[in-house]
Amino acid sequence: MALALPLRGGNIPPGEDKGMVGKGKDGQALTPVVEAHSEAAAGLLRELVAHLRQNRTQLREEWARRITRAVLLTAMTEEEIFAEATSVYDNYVEALETGTFEALQAYARNLSERIIPRGVETHEVVGIVLLLRDVLARSLFAKYQEDFDKLNRILDAYEPAANRIANTVAVGFVQERERVIRQQQEAIRELSTPVLQVRERLLILPIIGVIDPQRARQLTEQLLRAIRTNRAKVVVIDITGVAAMDSNVANHLVQTVEASRLLGATVIVTGLSPEIAQTLVTIGVDLSEMATVGDLQGGIEEAERLLGYKVLPLEEVVPKV
Amino acid sequence: MEVPILKQGHYLIASIQSALTDADLSQLREALITRVGKFRARGVIVDVTALDVMDSFAVRTLRDIAHMARLRGAETVIVGIQPEVAFAMVQLGLTLKGVATALDLEEGLAFLNQHPEGRLPDRPSPGRNPRG
Repeated sequence: MALALPLRGGNIPPGEDKGMVGKGKDGQALTPVVEAHSEAAAGLLRELVAHLRQNRTQLREEWARRITRAVLLTAMTEEEIFAEATSVYDNYVEALETGTFEALQAYARNLSERIIPRGVETHEVVGIVLLLRDVLARSLFAKYQEDFDKLNRILDAYEPAANRIANTVAVGFVQERERVIRQQQEAIRELSTPVLQVRERLLILPIIGVIDPQRARQLTEQLLRAIRTNRAKVVVIDITGVAAMDSNVANHLVQTVEASRLLGATVIVTGLSPEIAQTLVTIGVDLSEMATVGDLQGGIEEAERLLGYKVLPLEEVVPKV
Repeated sequence: MEVPILKQGHYLIASIQSALTDADLSQLREALITRVGKFRARGVIVDVTALDVMDSFAVRTLRDIAHMARLRGAETVIVGIQPEVAFAMVQLGLTLKGVATALDLEEGLAFLNQHPEGRLPDRPSPGRNPRG
């Protein structure tokens, strides 16, 4: 049995595991032994599943107790924990029985979707799965304590499957979390470049922070879409909030300006800081194609002029009585 | 497929309805340039709203049309470039320099009406207009 020990804990299907044990123990030709032992393993697994089904209530309760005692899943009530524990338990046993993990994977994803918004952490999910593993292993120890050899064989069948289940659930949870993070990143990025209409046919686009190629692309796409939907003729891009600019960023800006022009909109860039102006001239970026105005106010005034607006104090407009 | 060319007052309007082959594009160029003289047109509008792809040949043909029409006394406006197309064109460096562009047909007509003399700055740029 010594040979079998290091194999536990790996993701080895029970059949292969048994094959190695068979060879090590009996020293016979491999093939027939493998078959005999996989059959034996399947039998053991069936026995194991039957045991878990039989003691379902008691083991579930024990598990839920252990979860509460370990102060895991604090975001959930005890009833919720018990309800989830029940479905996890059933899915767990089913995965052990069938050896397929698709259902469990789907369930893990679904569970993660529900508990992530409630602030459940990765260590809690991994923790409860390992607790279940522990609870079940202990019940096996208790049941087979008389027959050490059989206990060993049962564990050989149980451990690889249990590890794979733990793995599946943990990976499912982490993947779901990453998906949520990606979604949030996307949302933040979209919020970070608002395209605002200040007058009929006049848009402003204040850019704040670092412009990387991805953001530049997204920014341009958003602006072009806004030009179309708002039927804009003039766009003021304000880059007061852009701390530094290199030739890449400048090129992105030029591309944005040119793409906007293809849609029939004129772009005015405002708020180039003295540092940026110096940098651009020093590195020799050609911005002659771009209309620039000192600050946002000047840019909007210029845009209004292009659109034929004129802002006057009220007393100049209302005829004096 | 041949592109229909409509005459509207002093303007010619070519509305592209589907993707064009290189031969179609050349045919469009010939037809437009001939008709600018025939109808004494002062403006040409090419509507590309229906195109969701524009390759370098298409862009070059549009630019040629604009330059040739100008030599024949008509100003050209390209209207209806889709946002995705504009983005792709800029990335490929196909920027239609010196050719007027407008959002759609309506804008294109408004642009031509603003410049009835047919002699225009080569691109609408706020920097070049005198202030006030």
